[in-house]
Amino acid sequence: MINSQQSRHSVIRGGLSLLAAAAFYEAMARSGYFAPALLPTLPTIAHTLIATIADGSMIEHAAFTLYRVMFGFALAVAVGLPLGILMARFARVEHFFLPLVSALMPIPSFALVPLFMLWFGIGNLTTILIVFYAATFPMMFNTWSGVRSVNPLWLRAAGAMGANEHRLFWKVIIPGASPFIITGMRQAFLRAWIAVVGAEMIAASDWGLGWVIFDSKEFLNTDVMLASLIVIGMIGFAFERFVFGSLERMTVMRWGMVRAAKG
Amino acid sequence: MQDAVTINIEGTTAPAQGGERLRLIARNIFPFVVVGGIWEMVAWANVFPRRLFPTLEDVAASFVNLTIAGILPHHAFDTVIRLLAGFALAAVLGVTVGVLMGRSRRAEDILLPLVSIGAPIPGLAYAPLFLLWFGLGNISAVLLVGFVSAFPIIFNSWTGVKAVKEIWIRSAQAMGADDRRLFRHVILPGALPFILTGLRLGLAQAWRILVAVEMLAAVPWGLGWLIFGARKFLNTDAMMAGIIVIALIGLALEKFVFEKIENYTVVRWGMISS
Repeated sequence: MINSQQSRHSVIRGGLSLLAAAAFYEAMARSGYFAPALLPTLPTIAHTLIATIADGSMIEHAAFTLYRVMFGFALAVAVGLPLGILMARFARVEHFFLPLVSALMPIPSFALVPLFMLWFGIGNLTTILIVFYAATFPMMFNTWSGVRSVNPLWLRAAGAMGANEHRLFWKVIIPGASPFIITGMRQAFLRAWIAVVGAEMIAASDWGLGWVIFDSKEFLNTDVMLASLIVIGMIGFAFERFVFGSLERMTVMRWGMVRAAKG
Repeated sequence: MQDAVTINIEGTTAPAQGGERLRLIARNIFPFVVVGGIWEMVAWANVFPRRLFPTLEDVAASFVNLTIAGILPHHAFDTVIRLLAGFALAAVLGVTVGVLMGRSRRAEDILLPLVSIGAPIPGLAYAPLFLLWFGLGNISAVLLVGFVSAFPIIFNSWTGVKAVKEIWIRSAQAMGADDRRLFRHVILPGALPFILTGLRLGLAQAWRILVAVEMLAAVPWGLGWLIFGARKFLNTDAMMAGIIVIALIGLALEKFVFEKIENYTVVRWGMISS
């Protein structure tokens, strides 16, 4: 009872603070101290957002960005996941890849954008490869530590009960490592999402949310820029909440690997 | 069985340890030799134009030349200064906001919605906005790096302060600690592992986006600008040299800054085991 009252207070305060921030922004925008081109009012931004969605251009930009990020992310999972498992299971693989990975990891993905632009030109291929580069490492590292942290007791118990290699792998190791694997996917997607926006800005093609933000800078279309920013934020948030949240519920929570924590 | 293992390990003492070490080094170098070899073969086979796919000698030569000419150090120096300035901004802002949010419910209610809206937007997406508002150059770059890397610091400091055990606070209060002492001697050390994790994530974030920010913000010197500019003149070797320096700085940050800080504080206070 007290708790629910308290949480209602929190919601009200949170809403008020958002309203206050919006009002402050609106006041700044209307005050005339700043050029309206640089600081569009909230109705203008909302109008632009609706207009660009209605004429389909925003949806097309988002579709291009999503295509690139999903392609790169899928590649990263396809490479990072098996590599992580192999590294954890076979010392020889680990000895070969670990030094290479440690040398590549500290290179931010954006540092490779100019190089990839020279090699692969401007457009989809470069962007997808940058996303792939950014997302592979978290995927691989988390899988690696996940497989290594599978409780050895479970392995021995399963072995004692007569599980062969194949069953051991699918019934014990994979479910045991799954919380880490899902964390890896989450992190990988987050990185991929950051990388795709940046790569689209630098290696500009003609579609994509990152590109449209950067392009509208040239024409001082700050409203378009802020509208795309909103779309980017919403897509990222939706993925984090709904895709990975439900993935977690469907797998690790159902298997009882982690408790259902937080909302 | 346990004994046998121990004896075996003890049997291989000093001289064998040197061999072990040598083997470890060889094992770590081997993959680079393989990859370097493949690279050289592709480069010499002229599958790709030499300008686009330089041999390792070219890269090394350009690395040495640029270093001796002082160009590479100058770029690296400016990048590091920008990184430190942006990160310092983020650290001050992030820890302050995070601790405030953790300590006061009112601050939490007010700030959390704003922070949660800002955080999921990839940092670079703000770049054009910052460039419009603050102009091209250093100010935008530093502000953007600071703004973006503040988010993980805020979240971690906030979690850290909230994760301090209630019983520690109550026992400190029972022993008569006032608010200041409580904060300095209980809350801060208790939250420090989280805060340090946040700082570490923040620094990594700052480092990741700084390079891209330098490309976009047209700063006069900086590694990001160096590799971006080199593209125009097809100086792939200079670009590679720049990327190597970026990797070295990134590695140094991880090895010398954070491991040191962590050992010095949290491990010494026994908050986590080394």
